[in-house]
Amino acid sequence: MTGLVWYLTIFVLAAFVGYEVISKVPSILHTPLMSGSNAIHGIVLVGALFIMGEATGPAQLVLGFVTVFLATLNIVGGFVVTDRMLEMFHAKPQRVPPPAPAADARPAGPDSVPGSGAEDGPS
Amino acid sequence: MTLVHQGFSFPLSTWRSAVYLIAVIGFVVALKGLSSPRHARRGNLLGAGAALLAVGMTFSAGTVNHSVRNLGLAFGAMALGAVVAVPAARLVKMTAMPQMVAMFNGVGGGAAALISVTELLHAHTTGVSPATYVIVEAVLGVLIGSVSFAGSAVSFAKLQELMPTRPIVYPAQQAINGLVGAGIVALFVTAVVTGSTDYVFGVLGLSLLLGVAFTLPIGGADVPVLISLLNAFTGLAVAASGFTLGNPLLIVAGTLVGASGMLLTRLMSKAMGRSIPNILFSAFGAVVTATGTAEGLDGKAVKTSTPEDVGVLLAYARKVAIVPGYGLAVAQAQHVVKELADELMSRGVEVFYAIHPVAGRMPGHMNVLLAEANVPYDELKEMDEANPEMPTADVALVVGANDTVNPAAVNSPGSPIYGMPIIHADLAQHIVFLKRSMRPGFAGIDNALLFDDKTVLLFGDAKDTLQKLVTAVKAV
Repeated sequence: MTGLVWYLTIFVLAAFVGYEVISKVPSILHTPLMSGSNAIHGIVLVGALFIMGEATGPAQLVLGFVTVFLATLNIVGGFVVTDRMLEMFHAKPQRVPPPAPAADARPAGPDSVPGSGAEDGPS
Repeated sequence: MTLVHQGFSFPLSTWRSAVYLIAVIGFVVALKGLSSPRHARRGNLLGAGAALLAVGMTFSAGTVNHSVRNLGLAFGAMALGAVVAVPAARLVKMTAMPQMVAMFNGVGGGAAALISVTELLHAHTTGVSPATYVIVEAVLGVLIGSVSFAGSAVSFAKLQELMPTRPIVYPAQQAINGLVGAGIVALFVTAVVTGSTDYVFGVLGLSLLLGVAFTLPIGGADVPVLISLLNAFTGLAVAASGFTLGNPLLIVAGTLVGASGMLLTRLMSKAMGRSIPNILFSAFGAVVTATGTAEGLDGKAVKTSTPEDVGVLLAYARKVAIVPGYGLAVAQAQHVVKELADELMSRGVEVFYAIHPVAGRMPGHMNVLLAEANVPYDELKEMDEANPEMPTADVALVVGANDTVNPAAVNSPGSPIYGMPIIHADLAQHIVFLKRSMRPGFAGIDNALLFDDKTVLLFGDAKDTLQKLVTAVKAV
């Protein structure tokens, strides 16, 4: 039972983190964020693997196999679909205010894209 | 089993927990990254890396790798899953993205439910009668996971138009849903009181039924919010699996998604000017009040125009606002609309895109589509930024949008969409609608703007019409 209280503590803290971490998300990212968090709960695959490992008897083996299969669909498909969505956002011009282009303090930062298309991934 | 490394001697399980902790940190940072445009892609890749690490490390567990047969089945299932998922995810059209997300979400919920079922079966065969709280956790996992699975399947069918996208209503719907819910509660209590695991199958069946029943009355336009909610559900189901298995990684990752998904669902429904209960229970759009004809209520007819005339109008405008909607997405017209915008800009016309937050079929869907066509970010204006500019626009070019520019949301309190924020295309000097037909939008209501004196319509496929407009503008 102490285990349960310990897990509940983790649960409650994780709930607060989950709520806080996306508090400010622009609406353009709603779809990718939904898709990305969909991929994250694909980690249910880890649980599925434990179930598969412990399975005995035909019923459990079949259930375990199906569970691992479904969880793999979730995790692999989730991350690939999200990456494809975000691929579309490449080469976005920096929102530098036109009157003072020199005021941008990070001209050579790792994220600044001098031209366009420089951030294009190798896919 | 220990891993001895330069004097460190921890059991392998401790290393595994440490790797799971790293994965959890990866997931939190990934979510953070996904909520900022600049780091979104990196955030997603980080999440994928964290997941890969955690899954890889799982194979070090004795309970996972002790049997060659079970291990073989696990690899077989994973290989099969990857072979199905990767092409599905890579080849799906951008317009079909929402239903793809629904499907991947649903199978995750199904997996979480099956974990709880199998774990109870396993406990049964080993002869250990599970503690009460284990039964509670497992039954909760089955309930939430199955609702998410069945609900996602119905959402998929609705978005894929395998079934009508309109809300499906029947008499005493809420009462029947309530009855199914009460049945689940009764089985739940019986399972806990008797300590028997057999009732879990009853819960499984009724939960699947509930998932279908509660999704049916939700209309196509609201399905994205529903998917977001079901995504949060799956997160919670995964957390419940984590409780059942005693695995903190699943608890944290599932809860992160559950909590952020709930918040995201609220943000989305806010963007539509509606509340979550209203979306879930009001069968919004079930009553089609639109006549769908070319005559308004007062008998006024719509004015149609020709691409040539509209081309001239556009070419001599100073400022043009393009208002894209789902019609643009279905017609795959994002590249042509950019061509038209470029042509206009080369003539010195100021062009911007006015993006409604729920244009398309998912919030932000339109931005993704236009980004695909390489439309620069700074030409995309969010609703709040676009509306103050609408009165100064000479032409509002509405491409396949309808409900998101319907003034009824502002000025007719009786309308079902009253209160929804809209793009004020009605304030532009001229309004041009590109429409396939007079069919109403998702909400199923008439749009008075179509009959406005300032409005002209161009009927036809959005892509064809835009192509004609490009030619017409070039000819001016």
